[in-house]
Amino acid sequence: MNAVLEIEDLRIGFGPLEAVRGIDLVVERGQTHCLVGESGCGKSVSALSVLRLLPKRARFSAARLAFEGNDIAGLGERGMARLRGDRMAMIFQEPMTSLNPAYTIGSQMIEVLRRHRGASRAAAVDRCIAMLERVGVTAPAMRLGQFPHQLSGGLRQRVMIATALLCEPALLIADEPTTALDVTVQAQFLRLLADIQRQMGLAVLLITHDLGVVARVADRVSVMYAGRIVEHGATGAVFAAPRHPYTRGLLASIPVPGKIPPGGRLGSIPGIVPRIGAGFAGCAFRARCAVAMPACAAPVPEHRLADGHRFACHLGPDGAWSGA
Amino acid sequence: MIRFIVRSLLLAMLVCLTVLIVSFALTRLSGNLAINLAGPDASAASIAKIQHELGLDRPLPVQFAAWADRALHGDFGNSYLYHQSVSSLIASHLKVTLQLGAIAIGMAIIIAVPLGILAALHEGTWIDTACGLVALIGQAVPSFWLGLMLILWFGIDLRWLPIAGLATWKGYILPSFVLSFVAIPVMLRLTRGGMVDALRADYVRTARAKGLSRASIVLKHAFRNAAMPVVAVSAVQLGFILGGSVVTEVVFNVRGVGYLAWESIGKGDFPVVQAVVLLFAVTFVGLTFLADLIGAMLDPRVRG
Amino acid sequence: MRRAALSLGAAIVAFAAILAIFAPLLMPHDPFAQDLTHRYTPPFWLPGGSSAHWLGTDGLGRDYLSRLILGARISMLIGVSTVILSGIIGTTLGVLGGYFGGRTDAVVMFIISCRLAIPVILVALTTVFMVGSGLWVVVLTIGLLLWERFAIVARAATRQVSGLDYIAAAWAAGCSRTRVILGEILPNIAHHLLVIATIDMAIAILLEAALSFLGLGVPPPLPSWGLMISEGKDYMFFKPWVIEIPGIALLILVLGINLLGDGLRDRLGARTEQ
Ligand SMILES: Nc1ncnc2c1ncn2[C@@H]1O[C@H](COP(=O)(O)OP(=O)(O)OP(=O)(O)O)[C@@H](O)[C@H]1O
Ligand SMILES: [Mg+2]
Repeated sequence: MNAVLEIEDLRIGFGPLEAVRGIDLVVERGQTHCLVGESGCGKSVSALSVLRLLPKRARFSAARLAFEGNDIAGLGERGMARLRGDRMAMIFQEPMTSLNPAYTIGSQMIEVLRRHRGASRAAAVDRCIAMLERVGVTAPAMRLGQFPHQLSGGLRQRVMIATALLCEPALLIADEPTTALDVTVQAQFLRLLADIQRQMGLAVLLITHDLGVVARVADRVSVMYAGRIVEHGATGAVFAAPRHPYTRGLLASIPVPGKIPPGGRLGSIPGIVPRIGAGFAGCAFRARCAVAMPACAAPVPEHRLADGHRFACHLGPDGAWSGA
Repeated sequence: MIRFIVRSLLLAMLVCLTVLIVSFALTRLSGNLAINLAGPDASAASIAKIQHELGLDRPLPVQFAAWADRALHGDFGNSYLYHQSVSSLIASHLKVTLQLGAIAIGMAIIIAVPLGILAALHEGTWIDTACGLVALIGQAVPSFWLGLMLILWFGIDLRWLPIAGLATWKGYILPSFVLSFVAIPVMLRLTRGGMVDALRADYVRTARAKGLSRASIVLKHAFRNAAMPVVAVSAVQLGFILGGSVVTEVVFNVRGVGYLAWESIGKGDFPVVQAVVLLFAVTFVGLTFLADLIGAMLDPRVRG
Repeated sequence: MRRAALSLGAAIVAFAAILAIFAPLLMPHDPFAQDLTHRYTPPFWLPGGSSAHWLGTDGLGRDYLSRLILGARISMLIGVSTVILSGIIGTTLGVLGGYFGGRTDAVVMFIISCRLAIPVILVALTTVFMVGSGLWVVVLTIGLLLWERFAIVARAATRQVSGLDYIAAAWAAGCSRTRVILGEILPNIAHHLLVIATIDMAIAILLEAALSFLGLGVPPPLPSWGLMISEGKDYMFFKPWVIEIPGIALLILVLGINLLGDGLRDRLGARTEQ
């Protein structure tokens, strides 16, 4: 095994809210792992907790949080700061606000190299130019002197990824990096991400709520619902044979050309993600589930199939009541 | 940018012109200036004489035109009291006022900005509450009373600092400190608010995700953005501090412009009063303009 | 914590209001009665103090507690009346500018800029000197000078509110301008104005104290707290309490008003940043 990131039983809470309720996740070298789910199901906070960027008032615990084989759950702020931006990097959804409006692109890139590599200014500038070129930014030397507001959204996101890759990290976490971009720019950006990942042998944890994105780039996918991973497996296997009713609902809501009956509605799951507090038991999806039964209030069993494919539902792999 | 500057400048000039009219009208508020000047026992003839000498017997618009014309050329006439030109009188008093004002705004920044940052970093804790209390008390304390109390404590009880005058550098400490209280609450709140917003901003999260040091995150990334309004506001606050110089200079017996104005008002020396009102107003307008300009310069989005 | 601050502020202001309203009943002595044989009697906690004069007597032997209570009445009177006056001026200007926009707004903004440029203390001192000192002169002077906060906030709030649907609906339903302004806009910006009222009241009280301290405010023998400090300051090196007592009273009252204002702002969700 070549796991870059291993998470076991991660839990995050805000006050009475249980935002993440024990998730397991492994990202391997050279692999893109997608975390999907509707808004508010806990994707972002899970990702932030890996870099320990959660707000102070968040409750956080994990049975194991290992990065490149070392447990980092107990690492202090200083130790984490040494890893961030160097061995693990993160880019965010909002390229508009994620760059500091008061500084040039150059200033915001160079500081990473100076911090983690102790590079001289000149060396840092060269490296930044090379990296910008690599992510497809035209006229990179000029860009270094520009301010964020002078760049388009797509360019800014490229700058973000170039900055993230400066120190050749082992893990890149991207939290909905394409959501704020135009569709064409989105496609370009995903292609870029896939290229770079292949070239650098990067482990990527990609967060999205767009199953179309998952289908295009993911090796493995984890479907999250209300703070739990309800289904996980190789992308092909999950898309071909989704087992959890929630995954099925999500897949049914992707528009596929030619598949929508004339005048028919896109499949979508009625209702919203519940906010779950302490003491909640049973399946969180039961209120919206088409096949829910009274017994769904009992603790949910997990079923394991071939190739690490697993899902958590009272209905077993054969679709029959598994009688936990 | 150029358009912005020209527009603000025009507006500033218009404001100054209005204040010119106001400061003239102010001294014509009472029925008869000459009676005031001549004193209660003056004879009708001597009043008439004063009236004529000062041109007070001419129609008001004529008086205003004559005064404004000279004022625009920097000639505010002669002081009734000191028998010297108002311009030179003010010039000789201006230095200490400006010195005290400059030290005061420096003190305000040195006190308010770190406290504001500290409060923002510890938002919601007792440190934040304590800093809020500093701002609250700073706003509530009457500055003349604070001055007197400081004189009692540091001048009389502890004997560390002189109780009046600016003979040594120590004399500057208390008056500047009292003056700085005009600006501290506003600047503290502004710094705190700006820092709280900045620390929550996405770009600070990015900075943390890049593994930068805490100092770099707080000072380079967060404070740079929080500082923009603070810098702009300190220019305006300097204007308020100058306004506060009247009270402070009287309390500490400092012979600055504020003291001069107070003395002149009490003795009916109106050419001086008019000139000081105008001076303060023009300074304030200038500082406000400067604040707009600094605000625009500091923001790369506006600088373009 | 925040709730406690609001309650404390409200309690202080309520206490001052009671003192102000019932001053004649609460004063133990005649605040103007001089007794030159008992000058500078110290307050009861200092040696030489007596229960005949709880807070001692001033340089003319007048009972300090009685003067302090009457002073509360003067401060509250000044605070409330100037706020009413400046509130009317400022709100009118602000609402007009915010509602009509365009030229009207430009004029209002210009008037506000001019007002901001005028050095308040100097102009107030000069006015009081020219017109002659007196309680109502001070009220008028301060009220005519301190309206700019009302104008700025009323203008901003009106602009915000007049874009809302129900105002547009009232407008479309054929309500007259006056109806829209008085019936729809004013009630919806009232909470902003209330917070500004507390801020301005605090400033007015401090300004009156400063004017009286400088000798051009409330005339003697009225016991304005600022005047009491001014009268005591020549003796402060020997009897510090003569300036400490009125100063602390002033500090507590203004602090209470500000606490009340901050609490109201949080409670009512008013925006007062300019
Ligand atoms: N700072 C915070 N304080 C309180 N609650 C928070 C905070 N951050 C997140 N939450 C809560 O945690 C839950 C998970 O939030 P998270 O941002 O991880 O959702 P998400 O899956 O990323 O959704 P989205 O697709 O909208 O980004 C939500 O219910 C959210 O309200
Ligand atoms: Mg998210």
